[in-house]
Amino acid sequence: MVENVRELLKAHEGLKREVYLDIENSSFVPEEIVEAMLPYYNRRAYGNPTLTHKPGWEAFETIMENTQKIASFLGCKTLEEITFTPGETEANNLALMGAVLAMKGKGKKIVISEIEPISIIHVTEMLQKYGFSTTKVPVNEEGFIKLDKLKEAVDKETVLASFALANNEIGTIQPIEEAIKMVKDKNPEALFHTDASDAYGKINLNVKDLNVDLATISSYKILGPRGIGALYIKEGVNIEKILEGQIGTQKLWPGVENTPLIVGFAKASELAFKNFDENIRYMRRLRDKLLDGIMERVSDIRLNGPKGDKRAPDNLNISFLKCEGEALTIELSLNGVYVSSGSACTRRLLQPSHVLIAIGRRFEEAHGSILMKVTRYHKEEDINYVLEVIPKAVQRIRGITGSTGVER
Amino acid sequence: MSRMPLPYNPKVLELFRNPKNLGKMDDATVTAVAGNPACGDMITFYLKINEQEIIEKASFESYGCAANIATSSIVTEMIKGMTLEDAWKISWKSVAEAVGGLPSIKFHCGILAVGALKRAIRKYYKEKGVTPNWLQEELSFEEKQALEEEELARVLSKRMKLAEGK
Repeated sequence: MVENVRELLKAHEGLKREVYLDIENSSFVPEEIVEAMLPYYNRRAYGNPTLTHKPGWEAFETIMENTQKIASFLGCKTLEEITFTPGETEANNLALMGAVLAMKGKGKKIVISEIEPISIIHVTEMLQKYGFSTTKVPVNEEGFIKLDKLKEAVDKETVLASFALANNEIGTIQPIEEAIKMVKDKNPEALFHTDASDAYGKINLNVKDLNVDLATISSYKILGPRGIGALYIKEGVNIEKILEGQIGTQKLWPGVENTPLIVGFAKASELAFKNFDENIRYMRRLRDKLLDGIMERVSDIRLNGPKGDKRAPDNLNISFLKCEGEALTIELSLNGVYVSSGSACTRRLLQPSHVLIAIGRRFEEAHGSILMKVTRYHKEEDINYVLEVIPKAVQRIRGITGSTGVER
Repeated sequence: MSRMPLPYNPKVLELFRNPKNLGKMDDATVTAVAGNPACGDMITFYLKINEQEIIEKASFESYGCAANIATSSIVTEMIKGMTLEDAWKISWKSVAEAVGGLPSIKFHCGILAVGALKRAIRKYYKEKGVTPNWLQEELSFEEKQALEEEELARVLSKRMKLAEGK
């Protein structure tokens, strides 16, 4: 198997440029962030922060200082409101399972939307086995949740609502303040969680102003290292831990704190929030250049998600009709452009993205979808290169499709 | 939804990059389609068959992944110059072997390619109004699988249409 992969990699030799746009699924970590982390592996603060020796106390100091940075960017009241987890998936699991466990006896209803991240959907499906029922609020064709349906869905039995602030696939920025108010008006006891992984560092976000109970953030989505995320838990909100083990500085997540990853996450946050407005404008400009350029050069395409201010500034999701997504990602890769497709092959069928189906895309439209995210590290020339490669790649794959495929 | 690694082998990659016998054939004797774009998997075969029932030319078009493209392409190469009777004996396993093996979740691509081929052969005889004794009436495994996949696509799109109305 790995022999095959070596051959696949060999086929990429001699590329004149490489542009990585698959920030959704993993990211490169910029040099300045890696450098910030390195000393904490073996030069200082490598101890366990709960132990009584110098490297332990150094670790404690480092963790507190860096947690404080993230807490302030997020708008926390205290740094105890932050719990680090190994990532977005784990933070979402902690939020949902921890909340319903703590709310035992108060009700068994959960409300989410049709386009929540897979981890949220899977946890709610798992909780069904324990008697919880989940209502999925529908979204419109741009991915905005239907607030009237949300209002209908919440009642006295509702213990938890979870809506991502910005959708990870199509970038839709939800009217989260209104949603929170609506849920709390109907049931003040219900907890409100938001997966803010695609919002943190990319759109204005202040958990205190939002009055949200729980919020997930992720390190790699802002180009920090993988393997770390965090859950914000508002002071006074009680949730249960979902893993057992040695408790250290964090009450809700056992195990030894990973000091270098926390430093990397804080450094990535600092860089995202330094010149925040300028960063956002830059990402938006590159993204729009990419979108306009593709629209100009390629026919039969569809933009998935909204246009303008209500879309995360880095996100672009386009369906190329008559063009199968996996084939297109391979063709693009062979030309140095790295993206992902919304569909994933299972045993018999290509499974379309649940997000694209929820906004009303047909299966064959979803199968040709490509997700791209730009960063402040991308250059104008990178986008020019992508705009050179995409039309040729789409043309070649459509040449194979020929008259087969999309019939309308 | 789960994602699995897809370590395509060099033969599949080569056929994906430089597919053989690609494109519509204007003077095809018979054309057959299998799969459905909703499944992300669809193949059209064009066969030029002579009076001795030998496949003189074969070509394909495909809407699908790299495995779909590679298996369709290899089938057109395998059957060129074959009698229809010999072409009928091709199994999806021999197609998978010919492309140097497929990841298990891509077996269905090889099955669909052979399903489309067998459909083409069946269609040829149906249009001619004859049934050779080697052509079994019961659908072959690959034809049945193709039908099943298409049925699945119909069910899914029906379910989607229902969902749209909510």
